[in-house]
Amino acid sequence: MSVTVQDKQVVVPGDVLADGIGFIPGFGCYRSNDKLYASRLGLVNIEGKVVKIIPLSGKYLPKRNDVVIGRIIDILMSGWRVDINSPYQAMLSSKETPEFIEKNEDLTRYFDLDEYLVGKITNVTSQNLIDVSVRDQGLRKLKGGRIVYVNTHKVPRIIGKKGSMVTMVKQATGCRIIVGQNGLIWIDGEPAKENIAVQAIKKIESESHFSGLTERMKQYLENATGVSLELNADKGDYNGLQ
Amino acid sequence: MIIMVYSKRIDGRGFDELRPIEAKAGVIKKADGSAYFKMGKTIAYAAVYGPRELYPKFKQDPKRGILRVNYNMMPFSGAGDRVRPGPNRRSKEISSVSEKALSCVLNLDDFPNAVVDVFIELTQTDAGSRCCGINAAAMALADAGIAMRDLVSAVAVGQADGRVVVDLNYEEEHLPEFVEHVDSHDVADIPVAIIPSTGEISLLQMDGIISKEALLEGLAKAQVAVQEVARIQREALRQKFHVENSEENGQENRPGDGE
Repeated sequence: MSVTVQDKQVVVPGDVLADGIGFIPGFGCYRSNDKLYASRLGLVNIEGKVVKIIPLSGKYLPKRNDVVIGRIIDILMSGWRVDINSPYQAMLSSKETPEFIEKNEDLTRYFDLDEYLVGKITNVTSQNLIDVSVRDQGLRKLKGGRIVYVNTHKVPRIIGKKGSMVTMVKQATGCRIIVGQNGLIWIDGEPAKENIAVQAIKKIESESHFSGLTERMKQYLENATGVSLELNADKGDYNGLQ
Repeated sequence: MIIMVYSKRIDGRGFDELRPIEAKAGVIKKADGSAYFKMGKTIAYAAVYGPRELYPKFKQDPKRGILRVNYNMMPFSGAGDRVRPGPNRRSKEISSVSEKALSCVLNLDDFPNAVVDVFIELTQTDAGSRCCGINAAAMALADAGIAMRDLVSAVAVGQADGRVVVDLNYEEEHLPEFVEHVDSHDVADIPVAIIPSTGEISLLQMDGIISKEALLEGLAKAQVAVQEVARIQREALRQKFHVENSEENGQENRPGDGE
């Protein structure tokens, strides 16, 4: 009964993670004949007796209450179809907007094709029918700015502990930034500063699985913008919007 | 009649020895997962797109996602003659058997009504192309982050002039054309795909004629050879993420860093 891999090691499907029945398979693992195997490519995470895999690649799978950035791809009788960078499209009902929308009203007045919005996933069914809502604080149409795509598994690192990382980028560049769980990031500010923010986010994405990143990004942003930054991780709860 | 035994392989390899293998993951940036696999002079690229929505709608399966494999040889890939582009009887068959060889390790239960597309392109071929394609495709699927219980590793075994050999090249597959006394009864080519952790066989085909004893010997040798293929596949997949790690390592040592 022993673990045959180290914490944070990269594993490939079919790799033996643990021998014996003393460990419990978590996400991305399965048991077969007393052995624990990996079923996803990713980093091993061992917490007590639970062994799980933190995936490094793969498409975004929507979860309830995720804040996502989507693009309107179709207008229906009573709502919109939204591309949320996932294998499945989401539905935004006309009842899920802040304003009351009359029946038979022209929906393009609210959201037109190819417009972006920040919304919240309200429901995901077993067949992956997805409902999204813009009826909550901070949820809205995104006007201006630009959209950056990143790997959805790196989003937690871009947000940082309680939003520390993205807050730092905002302070340094003065841009407004919204990070969607689905890997879309909206950045709006002065064009030159926007560029710096994009570069910073790409840098966080490519260097995500390493410690000491916050400190390094602080250095990078101070060099790029000349703004001196303070590191304070305790900003209260962060839901991706402020 | 000259009686000769196939005592040495045409390219000088040992009878159980694989051709030199190279593998790399993540070679196509725009794809969700991709890999390159080279066995001797055979080169396969595999690109995975998806899971994504499947149209036409009647092909959707509401219980689980489906796998779609497309095998294609590039026009310039063959031995001299231009390969006519587009699907033909052979490539359709190989697409279909590769799909079956790979789909048994995948778990697409989380993706109802969706499809995972795998495109296998052969830029250069010298026998064993379906094995090479399956090896590349298994790596690309893992790279795309799709849940699978193991990789799939494939190799061809067979018989050349009465000797059981592993990983045949073009000359061995077509030995009667190259060696005078050999007739087609002494040659067999058996591509085998195996799930390395369990030894289960997910693809088994054969061209030619072989005795039961030689077939069993060949399959036993395939089980051994496939472990080496699997080792190289795993190593290449780890390498992709290791490179990302070491870049960061370098930057960690920069002066002024906090940690």
